Amino acid sequence: MLIKREPEIRSSEITPELVYRSRREFLRTAGVGAVGLATSSMWLGDDLAAQAVLANVKKSTYMVADDKPHSYEDITSYNNYYEFGTQKSDPARYAGQLTVKPWTVKVDGLVAKPADYALEDFIKPHQLEERTYRFRCVEAWSMVIPWVGIPLADVINRVQPDGKAKYVEFTTLMRPSEMPGLRGGGLDWPYTEGLRLDEAMHPLAFLAVGLYGKELPNQNGAPIRLVVPWKYGFKNIKSIVRMRFTEEQPQTAWNKANPREYGFYSNVNPTVDHPRWSQATERVIGQLFKRKTLMFNGYADQVAPLYKGMDLKKFY
Amino acid sequence: MSLMTRGLEPAVAAVCVVPLVLLAYKAYSGDLGVNPIETLTHETGGTALKLLVASLAVTPVRRLTGWNRLVSTRRLLGIFAFFYAVLHFSIYLVFDQFFDVMAIVDDVLKRKFILSGMVAFLAMLPLALTSTNGWIRRLGRRWQTLHRLAYLAGAAAAIHFVWKTKVPEVEPYAYAGVVAVLLLTRVWFSWKKRQTQTA
Repeated sequence: MLIKREPEIRSSEITPELVYRSRREFLRTAGVGAVGLATSSMWLGDDLAAQAVLANVKKSTYMVADDKPHSYEDITSYNNYYEFGTQKSDPARYAGQLTVKPWTVKVDGLVAKPADYALEDFIKPHQLEERTYRFRCVEAWSMVIPWVGIPLADVINRVQPDGKAKYVEFTTLMRPSEMPGLRGGGLDWPYTEGLRLDEAMHPLAFLAVGLYGKELPNQNGAPIRLVVPWKYGFKNIKSIVRMRFTEEQPQTAWNKANPREYGFYSNVNPTVDHPRWSQATERVIGQLFKRKTLMFNGYADQVAPLYKGMDLKKFY
Repeated sequence: MSLMTRGLEPAVAAVCVVPLVLLAYKAYSGDLGVNPIETLTHETGGTALKLLVASLAVTPVRRLTGWNRLVSTRRLLGIFAFFYAVLHFSIYLVFDQFFDVMAIVDDVLKRKFILSGMVAFLAMLPLALTSTNGWIRRLGRRWQTLHRLAYLAGAAAAIHFVWKTKVPEVEPYAYAGVVAVLLLTRVWFSWKKRQTQTA
């Protein structure tokens, strides 16, 4: 299959190394000052400098040509992660207490090599790469995010699903002692998501373990999360503890909570509105006015063939 | 007239202005968060709802406590509620829809969440316009009938908040509960009044 790739990022838009470093230096210095102020800050100690650097990261050609990546602060202080609360600031405030080391990912179901993988062993056989993707939330806001991770297809090829497997189901950690949002209810925990196997095998589908060249902060779904940039944000399940290969279409958390509003596919689609608000436009974080949302979040050239012949109004 | 009573209206007005001052200060110091427009939308909408609830609470509280002087704050609370609703709607008009009237009409007709907010806003509009002493005099008894639209505004605003969230949350339902109680007190008072009239 020939995959048309995003044009490479223009050199003028890459943050110069010196600026990047001085920002990090600033954050480090600010971090020292913040120790004394830790109570009032939204920013409780997960500045960029505090995260461990990921080694041997390959720059990939998956870049967003027309927009700059959002700042580390934007990406890490405005999150939907209902296990920590429903406010955008809750994950940054409460996810710090989550224990992400050690971490195990269970692979089971219709697969040749089911196992409980320690995260390091799960990642190690694969080449880490940096990919800058657009991220479009179902709430009609968006960001541009420089992830670090591995192609989901590489992992799937390694664990070898058998011929009957048609879907893969993902499950998020459910640990009430560290996740205050679980007390609030709202969704049927643990959070689950799913992809059709051909969607999961698509070269754009990605498992992220890092952000801005460093380990993923907890509020962004550490230590490992899904990134499928042509789908709404909630499909990009965080803090994955299980991948199960199935013949039946898996149940997904938001679809269970409100089937009329959230379908299994949840592809970004400006022509299919959420029942309560329009999906035709989005607010790019940091901009005053909304702009038109692109079909498949701008990845139509790559992913449209997956849905050939399907009525996307019916399979929303 | 005691000093406390005389200071009642200025004190209420001062409290009503506080959210605006705070927002202006946060905007000035770049402290509106990652999504400033969303913050402004939520804060102005939330303040409008709070003041609308406060204005609806005046009459029941006055009847329960016998503190009749309180009635003089009702108009003030209502006008400030409308003021914050105007800000809330303006943000939607300018930053969300950029004056696209067709898109707004489409939004209102298609979505009960937007419709409920628009009903609340439009119900408050004639109340704000007829809030002057001149209009109270001119409309006479009809003024009171017209201003029962405040009940509709309160109910619609509370429902608008409930329909906003993706999963059921405590706060919107708490507001809806308070509005329901405040409206039920009207039913109860009018029932009692009829009882005493027939007795």
